[in-house]
Amino acid sequence: MWFYEKKLQYPAKVGRANVRMAKYLITQYGGPDGELAASLRYLTQRYTMPTGQAKAILTDIGTEELAHLEIIATLVYKLMDRSTVGEIEAAGLGAYYADHDKALYYVNGEGVPWTAAYIQSKGDPVADLHEDMAAEEKARATYEWLINLSDDPDLNDTLKFLRQREIVHFQRFGEALQIVQEHLDSKRIY
Amino acid sequence: MNCDQVAALKELMAQEFTALEFNLYLDTHPTDQRALMEYNEACRQLMVLKQRYQQCFGPLTFCETSGYPWQWIEEPWPWQISY
Repeated sequence: MWFYEKKLQYPAKVGRANVRMAKYLITQYGGPDGELAASLRYLTQRYTMPTGQAKAILTDIGTEELAHLEIIATLVYKLMDRSTVGEIEAAGLGAYYADHDKALYYVNGEGVPWTAAYIQSKGDPVADLHEDMAAEEKARATYEWLINLSDDPDLNDTLKFLRQREIVHFQRFGEALQIVQEHLDSKRIY
Repeated sequence: MNCDQVAALKELMAQEFTALEFNLYLDTHPTDQRALMEYNEACRQLMVLKQRYQQCFGPLTFCETSGYPWQWIEEPWPWQISY
């Protein structure tokens, strides 16, 4: 089970309101390589992991991704805060505004809603952990492209923290994969 | 939210991150005794910071005792804070 802790994992800062960046950043909320997809992928794959290490790492990283989802939500909320309808429309978010005003909704940067088709849960721990490593690299690349699009040092500080977490998670999944492969190999020896 | 609360919160966030990073590492390195000692020490320090923070600013999570009236509803929530 889970409990909420009334704090963020990392101070989510923006230097100024910027609807254009909110439009790009929301893909890490509800896009294919975003934090919702990451969390739900790991938390559903954990049930069929064969070792305690793999069950633990998927549970813990899946939980940390929820904390990242909250950081992204906070950044988008702050980037949109106090913006006018005219600014929202000029940034290409007029259609989003019509459906959601400034509320947070799970879409990618082009407004496509989140879908479970973004993730897989294969039942094969080697296949699933490879997917997880790829997911971390795709998320890292997304953060790099977002940093390239942003000239806000405060926002970039938070995005760099999130990029760094993808690198650490990739490392931990790689170690879990090795542990799982050794476990599977040991079962073949009679 | 005053400066003291933001500073206390950021100190607590940093300490919890330290513990979390050791937690992930230990998931795949369960026999690293030095890391385990560091994790246990980080958790002890975090508990002290959390107790101190909650005494001043109210509960951080479920089942932390509350003064009257129910303090959980007090603002700001984490996304409303200027860090």
